[in-house]
Amino acid sequence: MEFFLQLLVNGICVGLLYGISAMGFVMIFKSSSVLNFAHGELLALGAFFFLALVTWAKLPISVAFILTLIGCFLLGFLIERFFLRPLIGEKLIFVIMLTVGLASMFKGLILLIWGGNLYTYPEFLPDAMGLKFGSIYIAPVYSATLMISVIFLVLFGLFFKKSAQGIYMRSVADNQRAALSLGVNVRRVLALSWAIAALVACMSGIVLGIINGVNVHDLSSIGMKVFPVVILGGLDSIGGAIIGGIIIGLLETFTGGYLSPSLRDVVPYVVLVFILMVKPYGLFGLVEIERV
Amino acid sequence: MKIKRKLSFHPCGNYRETYKQELNIFETDFGRVCLGVFLALLFFVAPFVLNPYMLYILNIIGITAIAAIGLNILIGYTGQISLGHGAFFGVGAYAAAILATRLGVGFYVAIPAAGVITALVGMIFGIPSGRLKGLYLTIATLAGQFIIEYVLIQWDSLTKGTMGITLPPPQILGWQVSGDKAFFYLIFVSLVLMTWFAVNIIRTKYGRAFIAIRDNDRAAEGMGIPIFKYKLLSFGISSFYAGFAGALWAYYMVSITTEPFNLGLSVEYIAMVIIGGMGNIPGAIFGATFITLLNEFLRYFTGTLMNIGFITSLGLNMAPLKEFVFGLTIVLFILLEPKGLAEIWRIIRSSFRLWPFSY
Repeated sequence: MEFFLQLLVNGICVGLLYGISAMGFVMIFKSSSVLNFAHGELLALGAFFFLALVTWAKLPISVAFILTLIGCFLLGFLIERFFLRPLIGEKLIFVIMLTVGLASMFKGLILLIWGGNLYTYPEFLPDAMGLKFGSIYIAPVYSATLMISVIFLVLFGLFFKKSAQGIYMRSVADNQRAALSLGVNVRRVLALSWAIAALVACMSGIVLGIINGVNVHDLSSIGMKVFPVVILGGLDSIGGAIIGGIIIGLLETFTGGYLSPSLRDVVPYVVLVFILMVKPYGLFGLVEIERV
Repeated sequence: MKIKRKLSFHPCGNYRETYKQELNIFETDFGRVCLGVFLALLFFVAPFVLNPYMLYILNIIGITAIAAIGLNILIGYTGQISLGHGAFFGVGAYAAAILATRLGVGFYVAIPAAGVITALVGMIFGIPSGRLKGLYLTIATLAGQFIIEYVLIQWDSLTKGTMGITLPPPQILGWQVSGDKAFFYLIFVSLVLMTWFAVNIIRTKYGRAFIAIRDNDRAAEGMGIPIFKYKLLSFGISSFYAGFAGALWAYYMVSITTEPFNLGLSVEYIAMVIIGGMGNIPGAIFGATFITLLNEFLRYFTGTLMNIGFITSLGLNMAPLKEFVFGLTIVLFILLEPKGLAEIWRIIRSSFRLWPFSY
């Protein structure tokens, strides 16, 4: 029972991380229907940028955090402006391969500057944030992750429901042409959504870095884990990303704990194929897939 | 009396009258002669002039070109994106290795058999294409890549896991195929045959069905093309090519492990198809040549950079430069010349043909 509970808690924690990393991915898909294969590298860029500001520039944590978010916001903006905008209306494979190419570029760049080593941030979370239930202990980072993901979920919920920009974004996601004819500035919306998505990605990168340490290979492989998560949750549902993340996280830790540790990495993809065959729009996605 | 056929050159306009003329592979006899001369040079001069390293590169190009042609049939002609081609290549390599070591069959059986086995595996992973298309199918094939990779590593009793398998040297009628030169003939005869097959299948009813599915799947269905059947067939043919190439690669490399058949390889193959030119068989060969040469060049370049005094003293690792340049190449091709090298080649040819009146 003890083992089960520990696995449960671990699974939820890992799952939350997946969910939080998937949020940025979903944001991009939701507004521009681009499948972002460079997501893992965006996470890594955020984590390394923060690392540089904290350890090299020796800035205080809060300043470094805000600077990182601003930097990532700009980065997302630039990616959209220079790489994605020329491809509006192009074939799917070009868009996919462009993000793959970007992923390769970012990864090469990070490896060139920082190498493939594992870095850690200095400790800055207070111990008081750790939670203890009986014999089960939740480390401060995980409770911080939980808090951050809830805060972001609420913020994004409000943003998409209430703010004008959020409503524009939803309209663009729903039907680009109709939005254009109603006077929505589609270009600005796309640029903004990439910027926000990069910001979210960087933030998740930092959170992942706090927990697992900062390593390019680990972080970019998370980018591949995002696929089962978002397909399960529904490609265009931010809440679905979190829930999908938790389900995949639980699935991984339970197969790792009860069946075999080597199965752990492949189970999400088996589930992915299964879901695609049965319910391709996921648990919370918009049902509009066309059967062929 | 035999009627002498005149060599045909480029007409000054489009004078095609029948559908058959439209389907001609060679527009002119000049092209046919050029190809003949090129093949003669390739087969009778190249292996004797080139040094072993060059010949090795040429052989690798030949193998990757076979796999790239297969992927081009799937992506370029049928419009189905597969991120699992690298894994299929691996399935072919392992199938050949297992057939050769466990059953002791000759390479002339093992290589085509590996192709057929891979075709079956490819068709299994093509089944999702019955319900999915576009990015959903891409993600399904991505899952296929990871699942195959896992099976190759974990199915110890069959694949020997991370230990790898060593293949016996291929033998036929007491003659042993070994050394770069012998493999050159094996690989390039296969490449020529496979190219010939690919070019011709596009001209048949199957090829036309593939193109119809790519251009508009609903219209194709409406015209009576059973699209699921044809998509599966396309997956099968494409995986056959991958498996065949993988088997050749396994024999050429002598010993194989699961390591090379990762997502990176699949991405490289798609890059070849895009850089070469989608929906263009010679394009796939151009793409394979380009990427292989780029890889070799970057390896050489980063190697020399590392040996330059001040970089060594700084302790910089220049190897990631390779990854960066690879990504940059893909991005630049997509942004600047999405039709790829085949289009550049066409532009060069037509500017020669139209000179000096290039409009």
